Amino acid sequence: MSVSTTSRVVVTFPDRTRARTQRDRAARVSMALAFVVAVIPLAWILVTVTTQGAQLLFSSTWWVNSQRGINSTMVGGGARHAINGTLIQAGVTALIAVPIGVLTAVYLVEFGRGRLARAVSFMVDILTGVPSIVAALFVYAVWVGTFGFQRVGFAVCLALVLLMIPVVVRTTEEMLKLVPNELREASLALGVPRWTTIVRVVLPTALSGIVTGVLLGLARVMGETAPLLILGPYTKNLATDLFSGLMPTLPTMINQDRSELGQAAAVERMWATALTLIVLVLVLNLAGRLVARLGSVSR
Amino acid sequence: MAKRIDVEHLDVYYGDFLAVHDVTMTVPARSVTALIGPSGCGKSTVLRSLNRMHEVTRGGRVEGSIRLDGVDLYAPDMDPVLVRRMVGMVFQRPNPFPTMSIYDNVAAGLRLNGVKDKATLDGVVEQSLKGANLWTEVKDRLRKPGAGLSGGQQQRLCIARAIAVQPQVLLMDEPCSALDPISTLAIEDLITELKAAYTIVIVTHNMQQAARVSDQTAFFNLAATGKPGELIEVGPTSTIFSNPGVKATEDYIEGRFG
Repeated sequence: MSVSTTSRVVVTFPDRTRARTQRDRAARVSMALAFVVAVIPLAWILVTVTTQGAQLLFSSTWWVNSQRGINSTMVGGGARHAINGTLIQAGVTALIAVPIGVLTAVYLVEFGRGRLARAVSFMVDILTGVPSIVAALFVYAVWVGTFGFQRVGFAVCLALVLLMIPVVVRTTEEMLKLVPNELREASLALGVPRWTTIVRVVLPTALSGIVTGVLLGLARVMGETAPLLILGPYTKNLATDLFSGLMPTLPTMINQDRSELGQAAAVERMWATALTLIVLVLVLNLAGRLVARLGSVSR
Repeated sequence: MAKRIDVEHLDVYYGDFLAVHDVTMTVPARSVTALIGPSGCGKSTVLRSLNRMHEVTRGGRVEGSIRLDGVDLYAPDMDPVLVRRMVGMVFQRPNPFPTMSIYDNVAAGLRLNGVKDKATLDGVVEQSLKGANLWTEVKDRLRKPGAGLSGGQQQRLCIARAIAVQPQVLLMDEPCSALDPISTLAIEDLITELKAAYTIVIVTHNMQQAARVSDQTAFFNLAATGKPGELIEVGPTSTIFSNPGVKATEDYIEGRFG
């Protein structure tokens, strides 16, 4: 087919302005609706937990005392034992899981080639999908079954480590991939060895993202309940030893007070404990973000 | 401290793919050599093999020899990290480290290699920023982030960062292609000043730039897509531009292809 030079083809565009504005409006409205729908449960939870539990948080004993000697019909006591347990376990879990997770991500992004990298990546995927109760039962089988140890706080940490590692690996991996290759090349071209480049240029550039990943992982393990029920049953006493005796935590305290259903004092404690857990996660998040911001140069 | 570079029978590969075939040329000390040629002809690849950055790319390897004042850069016991300290590089897009201040960017090459003495660092940072014609513009905000500078300033910051480790050779991979004409002029002036102290090799797509800044020009071309790039001819810039020995060089320079 040939187009003659004298007859030009003229294109007339159909007028769709009206249809387009209407579609635009429809899309805006549905997005706003989706947002509202997504926020409703969140707001509902926060309002319920706060109204039901806030009062106890301001009592003089809540952050100081344990529940020692207090039964379900009595008011009073505090959540100190459970707060301690949750913070200690989360801290030790992070101490183990963060180095393993970050180093695995560094391997996958900076070095990993071929079969081993694919195998590692596949394993992390599998670990991501492991239900927490399976992780808990696995640790139980090894810790109690194979080695014959008692159920202690550290066994809980091991189960939580299994749950936290994949979160840290995946988020750190994503953040490292976002670091432009030009920065690695700029550093290498200065005669900086590869490992120094990774430690001093790549990781700091990805720092705020890595911190966010660690916090997400921490938030997940702090609210995790299945491993606690299997490996770390509740006790009302203060416990700081990870290697002997039971260690109470906020989720198991919530569960305990829920099981005393009907007792007004226990129910109020349950809400207050839930709110305490939310507050702790929130404070950790804010602190982490602050650290990440101070760590990078201000614009 | 500038040194001459002798390239002999250089073949550069990406895996099994031969990207550049049989390059032999000499870059005299204290001069500017421009590498020109159409896209894909391998001039950047040759440039990156001069400081062993080519092998950072997966599958990147090199055959033949490159000598810096007689020292073989690809000798088996030669550490690529040391090569890169001798042969610095400036990239196409300005790439200051985003987490570092202007001062820290310039000091990075020294700091990351263990130099801690404050007086030395202060001295080198000032000297390098002056050497890159950036000192007067940034001396009052050395602690501000390097990423806050304009594109042209960022590129001069990258040049300062490269010369701070006191290399003998400076490689530039299209250093002005992301910059506006005024910043380009600033960089070109800088190149002319820097050649008093450094051996400079610059890749450029800009004929006028090659004519303005270089003493020697090397023209690369490739026979067809998928074929390896080759060095067609190399000679004094005035000769290459006024009286090239090969028809393809003339055609390329006059803008008839590429």
